[in-house]
Amino acid sequence: MTPVDYDAELTRAGANASGVWGGLLFLARRQPLGAVGAVIMALVVFAALFADLIARCDPLATSAALSLAPPSAAHWLGADFLGRDVWARIVYGARISLAVGLGSTALGSAIGVAIGLASGYLGGWVDLIVQRVVDILQALPLLVLALVMAASLGPSLRNTVIAIAIPLIPYVARVIRANTLALRELPFVEAAKAVGMSEWRIAVRHILPNTLAPLIVLATAQLGSAILTEASLSFLGLGIPEPHPSWGRMLSESAAEYVRTAPWLVIFPGIAISLAVFGTNLLGDALRDILDPRQRS
Amino acid sequence: MAAYLLRRVALMVLTLFGISVVIFVLLRLVPGNVADIIFDAAGMINPAEKAGLERQLGLDRPIVVQYGAWMGGLLEGDLGHSYVSDRPALEEIAPRLPITAKLAGLALAFSILFGVPLGVVSAVRQNTAIDYVLRVLSLSGLSMPAFWLGLLILMAFVAWTGFIPIYSETPQSLWDEFLVYSVPAAAVGFRSSALVMRLTRSSMLEVLRQDYIRTARAKGASEPAVNYRHALSNAILPVITVIGIEAAFLIGGLIVTETVFNIPGVARFLVEAIRWRDYPIVQNLVMLIAVVVVVVNLIVDLLYAVLDPRIRYGE
Repeated sequence: MTPVDYDAELTRAGANASGVWGGLLFLARRQPLGAVGAVIMALVVFAALFADLIARCDPLATSAALSLAPPSAAHWLGADFLGRDVWARIVYGARISLAVGLGSTALGSAIGVAIGLASGYLGGWVDLIVQRVVDILQALPLLVLALVMAASLGPSLRNTVIAIAIPLIPYVARVIRANTLALRELPFVEAAKAVGMSEWRIAVRHILPNTLAPLIVLATAQLGSAILTEASLSFLGLGIPEPHPSWGRMLSESAAEYVRTAPWLVIFPGIAISLAVFGTNLLGDALRDILDPRQRS
Repeated sequence: MAAYLLRRVALMVLTLFGISVVIFVLLRLVPGNVADIIFDAAGMINPAEKAGLERQLGLDRPIVVQYGAWMGGLLEGDLGHSYVSDRPALEEIAPRLPITAKLAGLALAFSILFGVPLGVVSAVRQNTAIDYVLRVLSLSGLSMPAFWLGLLILMAFVAWTGFIPIYSETPQSLWDEFLVYSVPAAAVGFRSSALVMRLTRSSMLEVLRQDYIRTARAKGASEPAVNYRHALSNAILPVITVIGIEAAFLIGGLIVTETVFNIPGVARFLVEAIRWRDYPIVQNLVMLIAVVVVVVNLIVDLLYAVLDPRIRYGE
């Protein structure tokens, strides 16, 4: 029997972590992959916020002389067919990616939470109808529904956000409904009823906050799929319209021609997309382990 | 069982009916139809001619009548006519189906062939270097857009062999076919195999903690016998259930991959039809996708009951 080193055990459990930095350091040690994800996401957010400072040139400025210029000291990642700087477009593209990703995730989650909460808490015919609608929306792959939505709304930033948000709703609604159904039976809800709280107040003030943990886990995962779906839509020419620098758009169908002649046009935007999604996935896995230990793998 | 099956089929029909309504309405909410696109492209608009085209295509009728005509046709096996080619939609879709089916089949085979064994290895060697490498690899597989992976594969082929493996002519022999489809199938399947691997891993980890695994070890069963005969045969069940999800996942990958590799299948056709507002093609293809997803899910559920005698439906 080796004696238990209580101090070391306590440190390992995070008891000695103090302050914001101590806490962050502790989390980074416990979830190294999650910390990597957080750093990647911080970089993407930083690029989006300070694009003007990092980009070094205008992402929309065209130049015939620079057409298909390979990477150089002046243009780190080369230039596209219209002579636009690829580095600048990738940096500004972080804005589009994040705006669409966060926008559609927030919109989809907000609507999904409202529907899931109503469906789970009210039950009865509301629940029945909501479940059928959720079935309908879930029978179509995310990209197919987003494609049809995007085509029917027309290409614009706002419409792309909506087109991606709608297919996300059923997944959120399902999770929130399942959680609400379980929470509804707990004693604290009965207590709230006993003191005469209104149904509305119980649902919003008592049930909703308790569904936040699974919601955060789900939303992080959806942020990744939203970014990927935006890239796919724009790649197919049905997402963000020109001249916005969208990563997916930069890889649009003509990219297959550049495989031979200008590989930098194919490699770098793809790295940007993959890195951003990889960051959200790592972060999502870590958040799931922290917030939802029962699912821990 | 019969009652359960009946209820599931009834629900399925209800779902498909709902999808048909949603798609039909969505496609017709849009300002602008195929007549607008054709006339915009021509650069001139003669209102009388445009109205004539709309009447000819039946676009001037009330939306309920249009929907009724589509459903009535579907029941008789008539999918309507493509606006773009003016040929029956069935004739446009049917020859493209086997192409996508082969590609999807190969991709699915690829994802299981790689995903299951790697997931087992990752679980058995939990928290070792190989587990970490495989987990990071699978997570990056899920993070890469399928079309970018396709482009990277193209690039590697060009760099090493100087030839681009995109679809140019209809393959003649079975071997030719395999060559043409295997590269894009790998591009689609890589993502799916990452998904399968993650699921196999977590399912295996769950099973490896069970008491009967300890019993098997205690009575002296060899490591491979424990891992494969005892653990995997039980861990594989939840993996099978997600093949339904997988189907939806694959379709998304097929859409972009067929575009990258220039493959004339139904998935790329859907994108083209959407761009042209070719409603008869779009609505029939989306319905087809929905039918595939819904039917695959039903089959998977039934298969589950067959494979796992503990599960009995409808009791």
